[in-house]
Amino acid sequence: MSILVPTILVGVLGLAFGLMLAFFAKKFAVPVNPLVQEIERVLPGANCGACGFPGCSGLAEKIASGEAPANACPVGGPRVWTELARLLGQESGSWEAKRALLLCQGGKGVAQTVATYEGVSDCRAAHLLPASFKGCRFGCLGLGNCVRVCPFQAIHMDQESGLPVIDWERCTGCGKCVAECPRSIIVLTPKREQVTVACVSPDPGKEVRKVCSRGCIKCQLCVRTCPEGAIAFENGRIVISREKCTLCGLCVEKCPTHCIIRVGEKMALLEVKG
Amino acid sequence: MNGEILSIFKIIVSAAFVDNIILARYIGLCPYIGMSSSVANSIGMGMAVTFVMVLASIVTWVLWNYALVPLGLEYLRIMVFILVIATLVQLVEILLKKNVPNLYRAMGIYLPLITTNCAILAVTFLGVDYGYTLFQVVVYSISVALGFTVALVLLAGIRERLRLAKIPSFWQGYPIVFIATCLLAIAFLGFRGLVK
Repeated sequence: MSILVPTILVGVLGLAFGLMLAFFAKKFAVPVNPLVQEIERVLPGANCGACGFPGCSGLAEKIASGEAPANACPVGGPRVWTELARLLGQESGSWEAKRALLLCQGGKGVAQTVATYEGVSDCRAAHLLPASFKGCRFGCLGLGNCVRVCPFQAIHMDQESGLPVIDWERCTGCGKCVAECPRSIIVLTPKREQVTVACVSPDPGKEVRKVCSRGCIKCQLCVRTCPEGAIAFENGRIVISREKCTLCGLCVEKCPTHCIIRVGEKMALLEVKG
Repeated sequence: MNGEILSIFKIIVSAAFVDNIILARYIGLCPYIGMSSSVANSIGMGMAVTFVMVLASIVTWVLWNYALVPLGLEYLRIMVFILVIATLVQLVEILLKKNVPNLYRAMGIYLPLITTNCAILAVTFLGVDYGYTLFQVVVYSISVALGFTVALVLLAGIRERLRLAKIPSFWQGYPIVFIATCLLAIAFLGFRGLVK
């Protein structure tokens, strides 16, 4: 009996309030653009904010009103983009999915460490220091901000090398790690097989050689090796043209410091070890 | 008759200024900090809180005096009161979405958060704890909401000026807002002793 009265009371109150709300929700219903709902259904629904709008519903509204393009969602990839383009009655262009890629191989035993860092285990904090605890001022600090910021658990720390490894199966190309990395050595690259220079240091070869055995020493052997003329030395860095490259792999073999790597369809894992 | 008017006046002054819900009781700081970035939005928030607060205190007062107390279910008060408040907030949300969509968008997450705004729960509790009559509860809740709005608008005005001020980097953002709130609270301390 004593349990019955409060149960009934709260139950009746809840029912009354619920009915009242249902009535008002009907009476004051705001007509929503059905297109917005349909777009939101197609979007991944991760609410990661990589598009720059507040969540997937925010982006859906912008896409419906034409303020954002159909491929504004970097996470969705071509499948979502084509579907959205179809919904919007647009031509689906040749949009290519992107993946994150780490341009540094300076892990343990490869890059020189000049000091012991005992500060906060955070790349941004370490980057604020006037000097680097690694010999190279441009290389990966290995403190794992990208691992923590990734909303898709696509990045993990390789214990052996102390470098982050990006799993292209899980990576969606949202670009959060790219924005997070204080040294800007993570880039977004088209998701396909390619060869790339995994070193961003603009220092001359002599300096690079001192601090890292996998750095680009600007020897330009690759430029001379490439039979297609796809590799050029511009503004102090090696640039590989994706259009001209035939993936023959000669530059990867010839590179004396092994800093040109072949990136696979699935993994951005650094293939050469040791 | 004269005494009654005086007591009503007393309720208004003490609820709105002396025991200002934010600056003297420190209740409901979340929307206070969150919605005080511009004067226009803070007025909107003040109105939404006023609406919910007044309606909630009336409904809860009736429920308390005619359902909970006669049935001896005083212990259910938090549950029942929160139920009432949540319903009313939903109602405000529906109404705002329909009639003032701009304010609805500006309020964002703080609108549903009125549900868990302890200022409103506190007013419904205090209203029945003080043993007010229905009329007094209405006056009391309007006055508290007025005090809330006054504090909110004052802080919003300060924050609009703070945007142009040169603030040391370690005080930028919320720290300086809290410091401004402290100074406001000290100023409101001057009302103490106004009502005996």
